[in-house]
Amino acid sequence: MVKLGGVAVHGYGGYIPRYRIKAEEIGRVWGQDKSGSPVVEKAVAGIDEDAATMAVEAARMALRRAMIDPKKISAIYVGSESKPYAVKPTGTIVAEAIGASPTKLAADLEFACKAGSEAIAIIAGLIRSGQIEYGLAIGADTAQGRPGDALEYTAASGAAAFILGRLDDRAIAEIEAWSAYATDTPDFWRRPSDKYPMHAARFTGEPAYFRHILGAVQSLLEDDGYALNEIDYFVFHQPNVKFPLVVAKYLKVDQEKLSPGLIANLVGNTYSACSLLGLVNVLDQAQPGQRILLASYGSGAGSDAFLIRILDGIFERRDLAPRLAELIEDKIYIDYSMYLKFREEIIMR
Amino acid sequence: MRIPGYWRNTQFFYRLAGWKCVHCGAFHHYKPVVCKRCGSREFAQAELPSSGKLITYTIVRSPPRGFELFAPYAIGLIELEDGTRILSQLTDFKENELKDEIKVEAVFRRVRINGDQGIIEYGYKFRPALRRS
Ligand SMILES: [Zn+2]
Repeated sequence: MVKLGGVAVHGYGGYIPRYRIKAEEIGRVWGQDKSGSPVVEKAVAGIDEDAATMAVEAARMALRRAMIDPKKISAIYVGSESKPYAVKPTGTIVAEAIGASPTKLAADLEFACKAGSEAIAIIAGLIRSGQIEYGLAIGADTAQGRPGDALEYTAASGAAAFILGRLDDRAIAEIEAWSAYATDTPDFWRRPSDKYPMHAARFTGEPAYFRHILGAVQSLLEDDGYALNEIDYFVFHQPNVKFPLVVAKYLKVDQEKLSPGLIANLVGNTYSACSLLGLVNVLDQAQPGQRILLASYGSGAGSDAFLIRILDGIFERRDLAPRLAELIEDKIYIDYSMYLKFREEIIMR
Repeated sequence: MRIPGYWRNTQFFYRLAGWKCVHCGAFHHYKPVVCKRCGSREFAQAELPSSGKLITYTIVRSPPRGFELFAPYAIGLIELEDGTRILSQLTDFKENELKDEIKVEAVFRRVRINGDQGIIEYGYKFRPALRRS
């Protein structure tokens, strides 16, 4: 565990596209009964959306809450496994769209579903070293599931953005501590020429998700770390509803501390944005003095865990942008053929 | 290639930013030599408001080349909060929402995709505001 002290969240924003498809509707096409599926429906990006456009929407909400001059943001890291260009940074597009251009650093990051939380870790380091005043960390994905594959029921679209800077009396939350754990574990991957990821089915559980999340989280809780009763909310990566519940049970975390940060049942797995959107939902309701434990997971594999303490600044900032619940509720259902059009699966000649 | 023309206008396309005449208030997408309305040579950077109300719209079902994938789509006439009127594509709407001067807000979207190899052109579109009432 590393005590980060001095780095704060100044703005945050979560974006979920307006379209939803029900697991039941996908199951109808493939002859699977998904009526009791824990992930009831998933968010689908519109035909004119991609990871860059969603990153911009989340960043704009973060900027409204941060109330800073965007020109002061000099690093923008976007974590994504569905970036619109193979070569050309997403961060420069975001910078221009939020009025932060010219910025200084804007590389894209890829680490499956944890690229966004890794962006937070990098930005925090740049702030602590004094290299930058403010930085923007984003996780954004339009996740793809091969038609008929188990992932198709959950792979979803969304983005979350955080403006970080030095701790001051206006800040929303302080990032108190960080820990991470990564090993070479091939549970899920995508080769460059393939449109869809491959996964090692049941191998994704024990040696992958659980080992890495617990590796990162236990280091925060052990070695001079925090006690469970000092933490009010737990947010874990949520590729489904079951995995975060199992982690919570193993750590003996009460359900009430887990449910505010668990939204996969309503939006699906938004990959790089997934655990970060859970954090956004908690920031929308937490009180000053409360602590949040966030643990991401990225296949391949690794986990970042952060301890975040809410500050008084949350009161005046929270309502400067819509809450995530408003975006979750404002939806348009589409059927499978519309979904194929949105995912650009229909060949245009 | 249309890249230089697109690139010169990204500030306007991305966030409705341009130049306002200091004397008469006329808005220009780019910095002109003289104001097209009053002939003044003094301008200040400005951004148009990002929300307004929908005045009227039309649905395009037979799109021009390059927009086939987006069809059918809507073009709306929008009156922004400062009274400026702007034409824009509409997105993320149910057709029955496009009425009664509905409140709309700017979003950042893909506007034109130049095949598999060209650049992706981004820009503003308007959608029914999340907080519509
Ligand atoms: Zn003038």
